[in-house]
Amino acid sequence: MSDALIEGKKLTKRFEDFVAVDGIDFRVEPGEAFGFLGPNGAGKTSTMRMISCVSPVTDGELRVLGMNPATQGSEIRARLGAVPQEDTLDLELTVRENLLIYGRYFGLARPVIRERADELMSFVQLTDRSGDRVDELSGGMKRRLTIARALINRPELVLLDEPTTGLDPQARHLVWERLYQLKRQGVTLVLTTHYMDEAEQLCDRLVIMDGGLIVAEGSPRQLIDQHSTREVVELRFDADDDRAKALALISRTDVPHENLADRILIYTADGETEVEQLGRSGVHPETVLVRRSSLEDVFLRLTGRTLEE
Amino acid sequence: MTALYFHVIERNVLAYRRLWGIFLTGFAEPLLYLASIGIGVGALVGTVKGPGGQMVPYDQFVAPGLLAAAAMNGSVFDTTFNFFFKYKYAKTFDAMLATPLGPVDVARGELGWALMRGTIYAAAFLFFMAILGLTSSWWAILCLPAAMLIGFAFAGAGMACTTFMRSFVDFDYVNMALLPLFLFSATFFPLSQYPAGVQWIIRCTPLYQGVALERALAFGELSWTLSINVLYLAAMGLIGLHIAGRRLALLLQP
Ligand SMILES: Nc1ncnc2c1ncn2[C@@H]1O[C@H](COP(=O)(O)OP(=O)(O)OP(=O)(O)O)[C@@H](O)[C@H]1O
Ligand SMILES: [Mg+2]
Repeated sequence: MSDALIEGKKLTKRFEDFVAVDGIDFRVEPGEAFGFLGPNGAGKTSTMRMISCVSPVTDGELRVLGMNPATQGSEIRARLGAVPQEDTLDLELTVRENLLIYGRYFGLARPVIRERADELMSFVQLTDRSGDRVDELSGGMKRRLTIARALINRPELVLLDEPTTGLDPQARHLVWERLYQLKRQGVTLVLTTHYMDEAEQLCDRLVIMDGGLIVAEGSPRQLIDQHSTREVVELRFDADDDRAKALALISRTDVPHENLADRILIYTADGETEVEQLGRSGVHPETVLVRRSSLEDVFLRLTGRTLEE
Repeated sequence: MTALYFHVIERNVLAYRRLWGIFLTGFAEPLLYLASIGIGVGALVGTVKGPGGQMVPYDQFVAPGLLAAAAMNGSVFDTTFNFFFKYKYAKTFDAMLATPLGPVDVARGELGWALMRGTIYAAAFLFFMAILGLTSSWWAILCLPAAMLIGFAFAGAGMACTTFMRSFVDFDYVNMALLPLFLFSATFFPLSQYPAGVQWIIRCTPLYQGVALERALAFGELSWTLSINVLYLAAMGLIGLHIAGRRLALLLQP
């Protein structure tokens, strides 16, 4: 297939000598929700900014909506919606005016924008704040307004850089629900996130980035199957000695495990059996939790880090 | 479809709708100067040598100089202080650049806004000059486009300089540059007051071009040298605008 909505080949971003994105290959198909995951500094924002045509590509190839960002940036931006990691709302204007003027930047007619602004304010539940100045809004409300603003031009592709960071659980669910609605309407979504549940819920496909490289790629399920075991056992200890002893015992077996600050993780196909075996060999943690493997575990195993560190 | 940079002007109009007070102060300053220096000092001085070599009343002499200075001050303020705030702190331009607007549109739009605001002030000032009988020729109507040209020149240069500034502290340099221009560009007294060598230095400075242009038009004393003043100012604005557009792309789209 060659009609990818976004295609990066050996895509590279350097800031002077520092390589932020190190020759990554990826493609995003029309209608899918695609995620970039990775720890702080992995290069997610740098990649998103190149796709948004607000940061020039240093090396490699990038095509967005079939066009070249270097020469057709303005045309591309006209058809996409961008939610940057940091809000760039116009603090001197009201909620409603922010939507109105942003629509004007796209050259839309005023009556069209007015109608869409009302729709979008109710879409993100800000209708009752429409006349308030933006600097009076809470952080979560600003985030929702940024998302609404990115939709003013009815984009076919929406780029969201950590859309729900800083939102309370209710607002997060509202945003997920809205993004899901957009997806059903056929809008292609590309997002970055630190939340595993967000990635599992929203993304059809995702890549995990680390140090400017893509270290894994696939659907959430595929990634879990390929890079983790079916189940994970979490062991917690109150006393450090017990923990050290347990760790020594576990290390002697060839069970794959990870030693974190607050717990030990054991990767296994069958958690219950594993716990019994450990008990027999003398490991007695204070609490034991057997759970299904998640993206978080994939992430941990691939990058050696938790996502929200 | 209107040109994209027009929407940048539109944004500023929207933001200033709530800031009428600030907007109005722009009218007051040059008029205060006119009242104190033109009318007050004018009564003491009597007459000075005008652009055509004839003796003219001091208030008529100084008014076009003040008009030129006001055009400079207004557009420099908009394109340095206000522009810096928008680009560095308010992220106003970052938002614009995520849309079809590009850095050059932003630079043009901001310059257009500075120019629009300056034109309104200049028109008001010129109107008062006419009412007070400080213009002696119909050519004085052209003082308005001349003020716009001065505004354009200083807006372009101001914006270009701003893109090199790191913090608000750097704006002290702007004031340090503006004050001598304001005082010594033949704004308040004829160039012939200076020794010949100094006269030539002043002839090369930017505000002098504007003062010479405004004064000649106010008295209807046209000469071919005015075309040099016009070209100087136009080139200054264009070069400034070009640099500002290039620098903005570098700064805002790393
Ligand atoms: N303008 C810049 N100049 C220099 N270095 C930069 C610039 N922007 C980003 N970097 C560097 O590039 C690397 C990748 O940054 P990027 O913002 O893409 O990471 P990220 O994956 O989005 O991280 P986070 O999860 O913290 O948002 C970092 O090491 C960062 O310091
Ligand atoms: Mg980021």
